[in-house]
Amino acid sequence: MNYMSNRYLILEDGSVFQGKAFGAPVQEKFGEVVFNTGMTGYQETLSDPSYCDQFVVMTYPLIGNYGINRDDFETITPSISGLIVKQATEYPSNFRKEWSLNDYFKQKNIPGLSDIDTRRLVKTIRERGTMKGVMVDSIENLSEIESNLNDFTYRNDQVKRVSTVKPYVVPGKGERIVLVDFGMKHGILKEFTERHCHVTVVPYNTSSDEILQLKPDGVMLSNGPGNPKDVQEGIDLVKGLMGKVPVFGICLGHQLIALACGADTHKMKFGHRGGNHPVKDLRTKEVWMTSQNHGYAVTPESLGQTSLTITQTALNDGTIEGLEHEQYDMFSVQYHPEASPGPQDSNQLFDLFLSRINGGIIHA
Amino acid sequence: MPKRTDINKILVIGSGPIIIGQAAEFDYAGTQACQALKEEGYQVVLANSNPATIMTDETMADEIYMEPLTPEFLTKIIRKEQPDAILPTLGGQTGLNMAMELDRRGILEEYQVEILGTKLSAIEQAEDRDSFRSLMYELNEPVPESEIVQSIDEALDFANSIGYPVIIRPAYTMGGTGGGICETEQELIEIVRNGLDASPVNQCLIEKSIAGFKEIEYEVMRDGEDHAIVVCNMENIDPVGIHTGDSIVVAPSQTLSDREYQMLRNVSLRIIKALQIEGGCNVQLALDPYSFDYYVIEVNPRVSRSSALASKATGYPIARIAAKIAVGLTLDEMINPVTGSTYSHFEPALDYVVTKIPRWPFDKFHAANRKLGTQMKATGEVMGIGRTFEESLLKSVRSLEICTNDLYLPNVESISMETLMIRLKTADDERLFLIAEAFRRGFTLEDVHQYTEIDLFFCIN
Repeated sequence: MNYMSNRYLILEDGSVFQGKAFGAPVQEKFGEVVFNTGMTGYQETLSDPSYCDQFVVMTYPLIGNYGINRDDFETITPSISGLIVKQATEYPSNFRKEWSLNDYFKQKNIPGLSDIDTRRLVKTIRERGTMKGVMVDSIENLSEIESNLNDFTYRNDQVKRVSTVKPYVVPGKGERIVLVDFGMKHGILKEFTERHCHVTVVPYNTSSDEILQLKPDGVMLSNGPGNPKDVQEGIDLVKGLMGKVPVFGICLGHQLIALACGADTHKMKFGHRGGNHPVKDLRTKEVWMTSQNHGYAVTPESLGQTSLTITQTALNDGTIEGLEHEQYDMFSVQYHPEASPGPQDSNQLFDLFLSRINGGIIHA
Repeated sequence: MPKRTDINKILVIGSGPIIIGQAAEFDYAGTQACQALKEEGYQVVLANSNPATIMTDETMADEIYMEPLTPEFLTKIIRKEQPDAILPTLGGQTGLNMAMELDRRGILEEYQVEILGTKLSAIEQAEDRDSFRSLMYELNEPVPESEIVQSIDEALDFANSIGYPVIIRPAYTMGGTGGGICETEQELIEIVRNGLDASPVNQCLIEKSIAGFKEIEYEVMRDGEDHAIVVCNMENIDPVGIHTGDSIVVAPSQTLSDREYQMLRNVSLRIIKALQIEGGCNVQLALDPYSFDYYVIEVNPRVSRSSALASKATGYPIARIAAKIAVGLTLDEMINPVTGSTYSHFEPALDYVVTKIPRWPFDKFHAANRKLGTQMKATGEVMGIGRTFEESLLKSVRSLEICTNDLYLPNVESISMETLMIRLKTADDERLFLIAEAFRRGFTLEDVHQYTEIDLFFCIN
């Protein structure tokens, strides 16, 4: 392995982290630096399209222990900017292992950075919030890199880049679901195919008329990357679907529902990313351990004028995690009931959605 | 749900003297429990026969009885103190057995003493091999083929029908006392005879051996409102076949993918909910290293040695929280004492690796058989925390105080090749050092894995 060459991460606050390179070579790659606390599930995380244009720091130090297998991808081509770890395991061990992290990253042209003090990096992010960062293999012209980093602004076309270009069908004999792909994790699709649904996956910019022409029993709005306010197509879509067909939103889908109903969203300091986020249902008092990945959240004060009710909140910081429309059959969650990776406590939400479609239970 | 106000005085049963198979970890749990109950304003009466523990220190409880832990003495204490309730699940197996005996003799009913925490019926369901197996069948959870026997003849019949090797586990014993793995009829007769003697109900479980599977443990907590969480999972470096108390253990698991982790997490939560445990519980599982097949090995319906380790490894105060659950508090209303701001309904995410190495007393008992199996021989353990597996392992080795700072022992260097190979296979207390020696002698990873069945990941590091 020729991975022992140096590689650097420079943050917008001027801190420089020197570590070792793995995966693909890198010239000068910019992105937002975020952290994830999952102790397992790095393969799902690095292939989750919601991490588009982000460098993900794993807080757990040993990453790559069980290698990369052919099953656990959330998308075919990962859109993550890069992965930052304390130690990238060279010789993984698991019966499903096909590649090491290093080999896989080379294949997919993704840079990785290892052997840095990830604990210090995460503490910096927790104190100062998520930051712009740049990954480089040389810091000879550091001042130039820093000024480029300063000039760099986040793109706002992530959803367009990760969404499917054309619609496709995954046939089944059950309910007909239209799944709008804003950067969909395969895990969501799998939940429907496991329940024998007939799923039509459509691009993010499909109009509500086009979707209603498909005569769906229900519409699922997927997760996705970036700022929900950049996805006007999605907001318009929700407005066109509301009250005409049952709607279920996850993550970005949840935020789009909120915006379409007149609520506001805001960017969080360092977001929720990991598999240990307790969420409390305000109606049943149940608490679920959930898998989360969001940097934006619905602003509680903005709900006053809307027809949305808060159904679930994060136990620890009170962030809105679930919404329900008072008149229409529409509900959403900020977290990931499909898990992959993470705990599957809330998996029943997919059953709830289907039973609502079938005119069954109205409330959880 | 707020804490209960209808009880004032609580009797806590400690674990008694420290013996092989029941180490000081239970004092740690019991002490935490006493403190937690006092913190909530209850009067605590403690019964523990061990004067050499901090638990029997004057400040730990309101009344301390340093009397033998027998039903007779406990009856006297109950008669004198008239406690409203008894908390038996934090004093190891001793505390549990005492509570069950007191219940059987009708003492608890006579003095109207309520049992806090997990109900005795649930404990019996988890501990009694037969009802536990029925529950697993009900939940559709796989358990290794097994049968309960009460005589040597029955044992022979069953072993012959499923084939050797088989594992013998006596019912209601600590640390696997009297059990073992047997390859032949001869061994079976000997071990079953011991096992039947060791078991207070003269029962042994004969079980198909799944030696070679990965041994994974989950520490789970549940409250009276059916909230349940996993505090931590742990992976034994030594595969199934060696008692977890005698195995080197890492937390969190290192070689499980998220799918495997979540599959076993779901199993553990299903079991704790089905048993309706109120407090902590330890679920031991065996996972096939080559597929998603798994077996449920055993459930400890109480705070155990593993919980003490999990508690120290994650900082999550299992015994403390378990004591508070016992008096009615729920996970989502208790503040996590570690962070001071978040709630106890939380699954800790570690950014480090913890390695536990058992400490065996063979330097004091020269004549003892050093071979390790299903009966625990260690008397203590050390734990190392590191940002890499190597770091935590070596820190633990140094803490063993066996005059070495590395994976090197002078006596191991001089053994013959043949002895080395045999000892790698059979597993004894110096196995870790033998593995290192094997690598120094040019063994490949595959060689070592083949002899020890230890996962390649650990061999490499």
